[in-house]
Amino acid sequence: MGKLFAVVVTIITVVSTAIFIAHTWWLPPDISAHGHAIDRQLSETMISSGVLFVLSQLALALFAWRFGDREDGRRVKPFPGGATPMVVFAAVLVGAEILTLTLVGAKVWAGVFQTPPDPNSLQIDVQAEQFAFYFRYPGPDGRFGATHPELINEASENFFGLDPARDTSARDDIVVPTLTIPLNRPIALTLRAKDVNHAFYVPELRIQQDFVPGLTIPLHFTATQTGRYEIVCTQLCGLGHYNMRAYIEVLPQAQFDQWLKDKAAQQ
Amino acid sequence: MTTVASSPAQPPGPPTPAAPPVVEQPRPRPAQTGVWIAIAAISMTFAALTSAMVVRGSAAADWRHFRLPPILYLNTALLLASSAVLEAGRRRVAAHLVWVTLGLGLVFVVGQVVAWRQLAAQGLFLATSPSSAFFYVFTALHGLHVLGGLGGLGYVLRRFDAAGPAPVPALGAAALYWHFMDVLWLCVLVLLVLRV
Amino acid sequence: MTHATVAGAHRHAPPQGFLRKHVFSLDHKVIGKQYLDLALVAVCTGMILSWLMRFHLAWPETPIPGLAKLSPNGAAGGVITPEYYLSLMTMHGTIMVFFVLTTAPFAGFGNYFLPIQVGAEDMAFPRINMMSFWVTLVAFLVLISAFVVGDGPPLSGWTAYAPLSAVGKDAGPGQGVGQTLWAVSITLFCVAQLLGALNFVTTTLDLRTKGMSLARMPYSTWAWFITSVIGLIAFAVLMPACILLILDRVAGTSFFIPAGLVISDRLQPHAGGSPLLWQHLFWFFGHPEVYIAILPGFGIISHILPVFARKPLLGPRVMIACLVAIAFLSYTVWGHHMFLSGMNPFSATLFSVPTLVITIPATIVTLLWIGTIYGARLRFTTPALFCLGFVSVFVSGGISGFFLAQPSIDTYLHGTYFVVGHFHFVMGVAAMFGIFAATYFWAPKMFGRMMNETLGKWHFWLTFIGVYCVFMPMHYLGLAGNVRRYSAFTDDYLKPLIPLHRFITVAALFTGAAQLIFLFNLIRSRFRGPQAPDNPWEATSLEWSTTSPPPFDNFGGRPPVVERGPNEYGIGSGARGVDYGMQAAAARVSAR
Repeated sequence: MGKLFAVVVTIITVVSTAIFIAHTWWLPPDISAHGHAIDRQLSETMISSGVLFVLSQLALALFAWRFGDREDGRRVKPFPGGATPMVVFAAVLVGAEILTLTLVGAKVWAGVFQTPPDPNSLQIDVQAEQFAFYFRYPGPDGRFGATHPELINEASENFFGLDPARDTSARDDIVVPTLTIPLNRPIALTLRAKDVNHAFYVPELRIQQDFVPGLTIPLHFTATQTGRYEIVCTQLCGLGHYNMRAYIEVLPQAQFDQWLKDKAAQQ
Repeated sequence: MTTVASSPAQPPGPPTPAAPPVVEQPRPRPAQTGVWIAIAAISMTFAALTSAMVVRGSAAADWRHFRLPPILYLNTALLLASSAVLEAGRRRVAAHLVWVTLGLGLVFVVGQVVAWRQLAAQGLFLATSPSSAFFYVFTALHGLHVLGGLGGLGYVLRRFDAAGPAPVPALGAAALYWHFMDVLWLCVLVLLVLRV
Repeated sequence: MTHATVAGAHRHAPPQGFLRKHVFSLDHKVIGKQYLDLALVAVCTGMILSWLMRFHLAWPETPIPGLAKLSPNGAAGGVITPEYYLSLMTMHGTIMVFFVLTTAPFAGFGNYFLPIQVGAEDMAFPRINMMSFWVTLVAFLVLISAFVVGDGPPLSGWTAYAPLSAVGKDAGPGQGVGQTLWAVSITLFCVAQLLGALNFVTTTLDLRTKGMSLARMPYSTWAWFITSVIGLIAFAVLMPACILLILDRVAGTSFFIPAGLVISDRLQPHAGGSPLLWQHLFWFFGHPEVYIAILPGFGIISHILPVFARKPLLGPRVMIACLVAIAFLSYTVWGHHMFLSGMNPFSATLFSVPTLVITIPATIVTLLWIGTIYGARLRFTTPALFCLGFVSVFVSGGISGFFLAQPSIDTYLHGTYFVVGHFHFVMGVAAMFGIFAATYFWAPKMFGRMMNETLGKWHFWLTFIGVYCVFMPMHYLGLAGNVRRYSAFTDDYLKPLIPLHRFITVAALFTGAAQLIFLFNLIRSRFRGPQAPDNPWEATSLEWSTTSPPPFDNFGGRPPVVERGPNEYGIGSGARGVDYGMQAAAARVSAR
């Protein structure tokens, strides 16, 4: 029975580790300026935890194989060194790994969430609601109009509750259901929630952030590859949560400029 | 009654050391321990509400300050007096003093309800403002625990009536809990005075 | 040390009558069994919910036979609606975390065995103990009633984030009375567990028998004691949080609801509240809660493994120190559930430090178990296999936590199936293996009958392999960015992952079916298994010094005197049968 246990644990360990290493299912290619640091942190963690995983499972398997009771009257043997090697290993090796990951990881995290956006960023307002995302560009006047929750009207597509009649800066705001952005330009989003918690997640961009009702939350990134990617909601928001998505279109600068001009003309 | 087969031969353990000298251990008083633990848990609940109050106060600019109904101070005096009476009753193991405490405690609870009515008369209800909401929540939760304490005192009085020795440990535990109700109330009062 | 019959400890005469003996019992053993029976009903319910969820994820358009009759609203034509999926998910999580993982290993086995292991006649406050069970049962019934009342159970997850959970029925189906019932149920549950923890702590401190110093307590008792302390603080915080949630829902307050929310085209009347306040209060409870779920398992494994290794636990004092360290640290890490929540990003770094530091005692305890079986003389009984399996699955689950503890990595993995795989391994598998080990180990003592070893081993192997097939692939899904809490996978990038989901579903259904072996074994042995001797496993702790099952006052009126610690295994000449030393001084069992 011990040998069977050892074999099963070994097979499980080898198969699951192999699948991790083979990247059979893996992150999509990174299209962001900051993502490589996250991917590196992930790989480093995968290696160190993978080693720990394999060693402990195999030790468990080995001991289960070797130390079954063979009814030969032999005495049990204490682990050499007693508990001390365990404490030392955990405190020193695991401790060192933790320290490294914390120091490096803190910088990676700060780079994404604790640095102010580039002053040249393209500002875009994002509103999440049950069950869609809407994006607002400031228009040629470069200013966002004020939002008024009591004016929100889905039927007339006034998703942000703008008051163009009385608010001049709101008149040229561009509101669209797709996030269109230029390549290699810093983007500064402002996240607001209309009703409940939502989240903004683009796996390829290595970016994620909750929307919280009552708060306006900044999020910034730069996309380094053109293409069309999905933005999905990762914070449970109701029955349509699974279907709540938008697309992000990364266009070359010239194409983006044209798009923006066309949209402005339509307002 | 479960009958039991004689147990098999006990395996020899390691040699027992010589019996240590007899040392008087303090008698444990589970009722007291239980009350201390309850004090810890109840304090934690009120600590959580206090943080909630602080966070809520800074979350928005809608905190409406109001004057606390003055009857609260009278109620405080009553509660403190009831503790003094109970402490005397505990030292003298006197049931009649416990009755007085019970009475004063009931008056306290009634006084709290009067405070609520006075607040309502000013138009301050649960949903009127976060300040009034916390006022009601804090006083209600404290009041519920006081009612629990009254129940404990009632239990002690029943044991006084029943045959057998005076319920000294139970009385001690109930007194500890009751004094804690004072301390808790003073903390709540200070909090309300400072923030409401 | 105290004698268990010191005045102040509540003594009661043997119970008379059916109701007193089996229903409204003051006996901690009966109460423990009642908790275990409740947990059994809860886990069957929770498992069935998970099968429904997994089936729907794999084959979203296929009708499930019989479901249309059971839930005509939620599953018209047998196909689960998106909102019903979320309701099933909410109830699954709530039932499993509260009514299985907090009741069985802690309230169930703890109530039964803690007094016996410390040599007491009963818990310190038997009436409060009985109340704690009945309040738990009422809480369960209140929760379950959400299935049949109003427009169904809530859909906000077991985490019930505000404002979704706070605004009322505008937010969606199930968010009316169903959510309120949830909040009431959890409030009651908190009260019940506080009463229970009160008993555990007082009994451990005050009712230990002569010679039973704290250092000589079995490791399961230590774990229950430490878990109770965690619970006293954690449940004391969740309770007011749920009360504030109820007030937001029914009394028009705005603790958690800010101004300006437009839901279902209606501007909500609330203003000024903070959704993050709910998250902080909830997770301040929620993280210690998961340690409440696993720590008894640590104690149980530490208690059982030496018995079948015939060797003392390695580093018992280090083990206990680690349990205390984990308990203490568990209060400092709650923000790691909130890295992306909108709280100050600097807090994320602060919270990640103790989160990673907890890895150290967790690694130590795992290595202590592995070190215990080094040089052992392992007897591969079913409880032993579940102990070894526990170590394997705890390693797997703990390692994935290492990733999530780092905010930078969590930016990608938060809200994905990586998280689902992680917490299921540590809670849904490891903690369950602790419960299984405890059941197979202690069933002879509780029921006086042995469980069937062959069936037990089949149960173990099918479950062990099954859970790896179910939960390891979830990590791959997470790495691919598969978002969790989705009732269907309609996004372009998720569609290619559906075959892996089908694999998981098939594995889950098979593993679920394997639990029927356990159920059959448990029920049949309880009534028809072979008679169990007092000490079938040759173990040392006090429960094995009394009969199987014990008499109503545990030791037949003669409390044991303890002469040694619980770890005396592998002593003597090594010949079989004389390699252990029991804690009790001499065989002391009831003479009546």
